[in-house]
Amino acid sequence: MKARTLLDRFMIQRLGISLISLVAFLTIVPIIAVFAYIIGKGAPAISWQFLTAMPESGMRAGGILPAIVGTFYLTIGTAIFSVPLGIAAAIYLAEYASENRLTRLIRIAIINLAGIPSVVYGLFGLGLFVLFLKFGTSILAASLTLSIMTLPVIISASEEALRAVPQAFRTVSISLGGTRWQTIRKIILPQALPGIITGVILGLERAAGETAPILFTGAAFFLPHLPNSPLDATMALPYHLFVISTQVPGMPIQIQYGTALVLIIFVLGMNLIATIIRSRARAKRQW
Amino acid sequence: MKKSLSWSETIISAVIKTCGYSAIVFVLLIFIFLLREGVPTLAEVSLGNLFSTRWYPIESHFGILPLITGSIIVTLGAMLIAIPFGIGTAVFLSEIAPRWLREILKPLVELLGGLPSVVLGFLGILILSPFLRNIFNLPTGLTALAGALLLGGIAVPTIVSIAEDALDAVPQSYRDAALAIGATKWQTIWRVTLPAARSGVLTALMLGIGRTIGETIAVMMVTGNAPVMAVKLSSIISPVRTMTATIAAEMGEVANGSPYYHVLFFIGLVLFLISLIVNIIASSMVFQSKSRAERILS
Repeated sequence: MKARTLLDRFMIQRLGISLISLVAFLTIVPIIAVFAYIIGKGAPAISWQFLTAMPESGMRAGGILPAIVGTFYLTIGTAIFSVPLGIAAAIYLAEYASENRLTRLIRIAIINLAGIPSVVYGLFGLGLFVLFLKFGTSILAASLTLSIMTLPVIISASEEALRAVPQAFRTVSISLGGTRWQTIRKIILPQALPGIITGVILGLERAAGETAPILFTGAAFFLPHLPNSPLDATMALPYHLFVISTQVPGMPIQIQYGTALVLIIFVLGMNLIATIIRSRARAKRQW
Repeated sequence: MKKSLSWSETIISAVIKTCGYSAIVFVLLIFIFLLREGVPTLAEVSLGNLFSTRWYPIESHFGILPLITGSIIVTLGAMLIAIPFGIGTAVFLSEIAPRWLREILKPLVELLGGLPSVVLGFLGILILSPFLRNIFNLPTGLTALAGALLLGGIAVPTIVSIAEDALDAVPQSYRDAALAIGATKWQTIWRVTLPAARSGVLTALMLGIGRTIGETIAVMMVTGNAPVMAVKLSSIISPVRTMTATIAAEMGEVANGSPYYHVLFFIGLVLFLISLIVNIIASSMVFQSKSRAERILS
């Protein structure tokens, strides 16, 4: 009897583990397939001309330069606003704030900010930046909208990086007569920098790939020239992919796959850089 | 001690403090603007109209129920897919896979999480929807099911990543103790490790749900955008339209300040409140488990 229950238990275990492994397999194979498929289909479309020429004949020919440049501008614009603000907020949470009701409220606000649907950010950007502050549909309005969306990612990652610096570093610096800000600037920030950079890149990566927040705040369907000022609207890779795959009839399939691949390279390239920075910093870390 | 602080130190502290509060300020600002632009709806559109089953804004039919049911059916479908696959994969990575495999697979899953949703929508149009059309013999493959499958794929990386972290954080001694008293590895996973990581796993699910409800562009591309009530079982293989997709698709063509414009902001307000509730539940679970752990330890 005892031997039988033992057998059953191991039968269940074997079945269960096989099932879980199967589920994991079924999750991971499509992921690999998606990447392989886009790379395989998109690679033939990519050429120097595709990357550096303006679109022609209703975007059905030529290149996607304005979309690439636009996404680049939007990413830089987002960084200008969200990086200083996000890092400062993280410093506050990690180094200044005590664990009280207010701090808890800040944390809840950050979690909520991270969870707000991207299209609601678009509405907010339209209401505040485009109409109320009269920035119009522009790179500026879109960048500000994306900044607020990116903020929670940057704050959370930076705070984690700051907190990972051992307490002893602070104690030693303070005991040598360093002020709180000196300790942060000279000791803590340099130590936490790789973690912060990683978080910043991951936040910006999300901003670069988003479509909904820029739909009514800064994205242009088509522009015959590159944007000249932050108050111009701009084309952007994600919105361009949306447009050419849903709004333009008779779009050559190759251009669609090519655009998807360029977007993925742009976004995952940032991801790759973040991963490299993180693993290098881990290898060099002295604590 | 406080008097010895220099001026610059005081200023910098003040700046950092101000930035620290920024998250609260932005949540409030977003809420205020949604209220400002959304609440006039209640004066302009009768409640009977607003909560009717007909969404046809050109003739001033602003019934948002079809949009809400559309969001619900797509989200439910997505979670039915994402929960088993997400948690199953997390358990596999944390408890079953050898270390080296996990080090390869987890970043791979997270890579999918970083994929812009417009790319998934694009593949949804080109591959998934023709596939569904053939299988179910439908007039169009752009259906709630396509949206659910795609959203499931979008939620899985979130769930795997956070749930795996939670499982990984369960002390090894728990597992060792369970195995030492004769439990099989399987029993250890179900009876010890998963329950110990419960709050983290639930947080993962809530955040996955949050991402699903709020996803816009991919859903808009593959669900067919038909604002009809999705209450029958067959609705899953019919075109539907979600709240997010409605805002994204129609905001561009609306005159600022018109009732139509206000209704779209009102839908945004509803979405904002839903995400607020989901996230407060998710975060309270984290706080609760922390205080529970502290009680046990003390």
